[in-house]
Amino acid sequence: MMAEVVLIEDIEASATRLGIDLSSVDLDSIQLPRGEDFGIKSDDDDDLYQEDPLEFEAGFGNIIVVDNLPVVPPEKFEKLEGVIRKIYSQIGTIREGGIWMPVNPDTQKTLGYCFVEYNTPQEAELAREKTNGYKLDKSHIFAVNLFDDFEKYMKVPDEWKAAEIKPYTPGENLQQWLTDEKARDQFVIRAGSNTEVFWNDPRQLMPELVHQRQYWTESFVQWSPLGTYLATVHRQGAAVWGGATTFNRLMRFAHPQVRLIDFSPGEKYLVTFSSHEPSNPRDTHRIVINIFDVRTGKLMRDFKGNVDEFATGGSGGVSGISWPVFRWGGGKEDKYFARMGKNVISVYETETFTLIDKKSMKVENVVDFSWSPTDPILALFVPELGGGNQPARVSLVQIPGKEELRQKNLFSVSDCKMYWQNNGEYLAVKVDRYTKTKKSTYTGFELFRIKERDIPIEVLELDNKNDKIVAFAWEPKGHRFAVIHGDGPRPDISFYSMRTTLNIGRVSKLTTLKAKQANALYWSPAGRYIVLAGLKGFNGQLEFYNVDELETMATGEHFMATDIEWDPTGRYVATAVTSVHEMENGFHIWSFSGKLLYRISRDHFYQFEWRPRPPSLLSAEKEEEIAKNLKKYSKKYEAEDQDVSMQLNEQDRRKRKMLQEQWNEWVTKWKQLHEEERQLRIELRDGVVSDEEEEYEAKEVEVEEVLDVTEEVVAFDLDQE
Amino acid sequence: SFRVSRSGLDRGSGGRESRGAMRPILMKGHERPLTFLKYNREGDLLFSCAKDHNPTVWFADNGERLGTYRGHNGAVWCCDVSRDSMRLITGSADQSVKLWNVQTGAQLYSFNFDSPARSVDFSVGDKLAVITTDPFMGLPSTIQVKRIARDPNEQSSESVLTIKGPQGRINRAIWGPLNKTIISAGEDAVVRVWDTETGQLLKESDKETGHQKTVTSLSKSADGSHFLTGSLDKSAKLWDARTLTLIKTYVTERPVNACAISPLLDHVVIGGGQEAVHVTTTDRRAGKFEAKFFHKILQEEIGGVKGHFGPINALAFNPDGRSCMFQTYIFYNSVILHSFSSGGEDGYVRLHHFDPDYFTIKM
Repeated sequence: MMAEVVLIEDIEASATRLGIDLSSVDLDSIQLPRGEDFGIKSDDDDDLYQEDPLEFEAGFGNIIVVDNLPVVPPEKFEKLEGVIRKIYSQIGTIREGGIWMPVNPDTQKTLGYCFVEYNTPQEAELAREKTNGYKLDKSHIFAVNLFDDFEKYMKVPDEWKAAEIKPYTPGENLQQWLTDEKARDQFVIRAGSNTEVFWNDPRQLMPELVHQRQYWTESFVQWSPLGTYLATVHRQGAAVWGGATTFNRLMRFAHPQVRLIDFSPGEKYLVTFSSHEPSNPRDTHRIVINIFDVRTGKLMRDFKGNVDEFATGGSGGVSGISWPVFRWGGGKEDKYFARMGKNVISVYETETFTLIDKKSMKVENVVDFSWSPTDPILALFVPELGGGNQPARVSLVQIPGKEELRQKNLFSVSDCKMYWQNNGEYLAVKVDRYTKTKKSTYTGFELFRIKERDIPIEVLELDNKNDKIVAFAWEPKGHRFAVIHGDGPRPDISFYSMRTTLNIGRVSKLTTLKAKQANALYWSPAGRYIVLAGLKGFNGQLEFYNVDELETMATGEHFMATDIEWDPTGRYVATAVTSVHEMENGFHIWSFSGKLLYRISRDHFYQFEWRPRPPSLLSAEKEEEIAKNLKKYSKKYEAEDQDVSMQLNEQDRRKRKMLQEQWNEWVTKWKQLHEEERQLRIELRDGVVSDEEEEYEAKEVEVEEVLDVTEEVVAFDLDQE
Repeated sequence: SFRVSRSGLDRGSGGRESRGAMRPILMKGHERPLTFLKYNREGDLLFSCAKDHNPTVWFADNGERLGTYRGHNGAVWCCDVSRDSMRLITGSADQSVKLWNVQTGAQLYSFNFDSPARSVDFSVGDKLAVITTDPFMGLPSTIQVKRIARDPNEQSSESVLTIKGPQGRINRAIWGPLNKTIISAGEDAVVRVWDTETGQLLKESDKETGHQKTVTSLSKSADGSHFLTGSLDKSAKLWDARTLTLIKTYVTERPVNACAISPLLDHVVIGGGQEAVHVTTTDRRAGKFEAKFFHKILQEEIGGVKGHFGPINALAFNPDGRSCMFQTYIFYNSVILHSFSSGGEDGYVRLHHFDPDYFTIKM
């Protein structure tokens, strides 16, 4: 279902026709009748609309019903109302005349319940949450419900009926895309109001459209980590899409005003986040985080609270929140998730969605933590305390046992940053330390070998330890890393290996590339190749580097490039200019070796994202076998490549020939008309015969003019000859 | 002192160094951004208009400045030169269109309007000129036709035809084949063909397939059979001048301010970029101010010419590629084969000479 686009020009035109000054119209003040879609179809309205009247002013979502109040005679009305007002105005702003206590007309006494009307549904929701079960005294324990819920409760049938068991219908193959015969990869882009999924077809030197929709999402789209789902974000919640042939909606997750989403690494769970403005500006934003089971759509756990309850640690993000609030651990099994609070790390497990050991881990002053990408190991960083009396420390903690596996004390630390290698074999901690004078800092690395006995730590300092670190990146699945360092406008790039030829337990430098126009590192997901990129100030310089051979394969430029992403197989690289710039919007696709394959221009280009692939099912031995016999396997593909290439050439040749023929037709026609009009043209020029087509020749005439003649006797020197 | 040549008579013949590949000659004379460029028929003279008030004439082959035409009191938007290179007509923001003696620089006549004059074009035979005026102080844009008298003393200010224009500015109006039609385009993105006898609208470009944003420039082919329009919608389009059939579209990454058709090869050149005020980055390529070459028939990009600071506002091909190529080859044994010139926001005119490869590009 596609909505009809109404161009702003058309709107302006009709406004002019009707004599309306658009600038004086407050669009937000216009209330559309409920249920009227003005011909603009949306997929997401229907049932969510019904489930969630909270966000609509027109509903009664902002009213709560407080039951189990004392039954009082008229003379005590005022006192009771005062008590209720006192309790409920602490939670939010009660509307004027917003407390109403019905009275029994026979007894003139209250009925033991009242209605409280807030400004917003969020306040009402909060009031229900906080005061349900509130003990006014022993015999009056509040029962608080949202007014809107009553309708729901009334509908509950009085008699229990067995749930209808629906017959099993087999679902679609959600991994169909992995069986593409040409072994191509998909990517999604958003440009203007369109979201489009394409095959990257490097043989055809262009993308092939898989699916597109207008207004598919209201802010962004996101692939799940294994590529099974494409998530979209809407006012009413998030949705995931996928399937065998086209993108069907597989599940919806109701969460009004959702702003951010995050999948667990094994894509079992979806975390959604919203932040609600308080009706009283003195209050802080209210945060709602939901964790859903992606396949069943079931809400597994929700977290609600004020923004400061979630804003500890980290910086940036939305309204003081560092996203993701919950970080997932334990690899693809999605076993644990954790968040940091003040002096605590709260680790939850997904069996019960409760805290491990029913309590958070106390870690005084913890400021950062990260999970190993593969194992249930937490790395924590605690800064220096007491003016250096208590050193800073990095520790590794095993979950669920919470034993400390390794700890390292660090002195004179100003900051720390942790980088895990994606197989969880190594952890690099970048440590910025103060010099003795405390006036400046220098940087070193603490390298942890997680998989080795006792987790040995090695300290690495750069050749010039005063160099600023611009970027750091581990080789995926590998033992190498790259560092951009230096203070000048052209920094150096060094490559290190965690092994040396004789001792695999020792780090060694492979090479340093001097004075590079680069400030970002993009390793191929398969390792071995890396793109050294100069974004922002360097305007999109690209160097495709082979770390095995330590040589540059190619250099290129995608002018103004803002984003770079490798395809999940490490065969292609996408570079994009997104709408942070007005011009040059679009993307380029390169081969891993730096050959520009094709370019696509799109205005208002917002997003490019490759569809991830699940890990390979091949065993390490099988992979090695294939690598060894690559020639044998690649033969088939090379032959196909050649066929396609010849076909393309042929197509291209035919297209050009056709264009040329068409053009020749035009020219013949024009020439004929031009000739027919020749006489008329001459008349228009008063008989000047010369026409454009007539050959005219400019002659250079050299004129010699004798100005003066003087005679002079020149001495003739024989010796000079 | 004012020295001017007709048809290559007065060409100096010495002291020219051979030029490197595509290295432009920089013609510095204007103090404000260039607005328009025009070669005379022989291609030996180049006329430039700029936001400063002084249209300037240059020797086309070496960039030597011959003189300026003084008298306008505002930015000069457009000019045209008669077939015999005797008369120059200029349109200016000072609400006048002036006729000049090309050789002496004398002002011959001034047509005065109630709003800025945007575009001027001589008819076949040079007896008529089509002029467009901007919408101004509640007045709509107009297309007006003036009769150009042979003797300036008999010149009348009467308009033979006045067409009240469509909404918005008309950026360019030119004569169609045999002066039977006038082709106009401008801010409303529509290309229109008008009857010169009756002033009736004959044809309009299609809203779907036509330009989506302001048409900034319009340039005819050598024989007048087709023309090229450039638009802020980041494309240029090629049209049949008689039927207004859309023939080709050339898509680029930035707004098009100027465009021209090669008289010699199947190439078109497109220049543009953002206006300097919109460019926030310090890199001079931020707005991509290159002139881009496209293959006219295949619609594929061939290459670009760099070197402008600021967007390109004006472009013109030398109409006489062939003879130019012949002469330069014989006398200087150099590689100057063909040239076009471009004018930009920085107030320089650049004369670009093509290297031999340009003529042998295989598509």
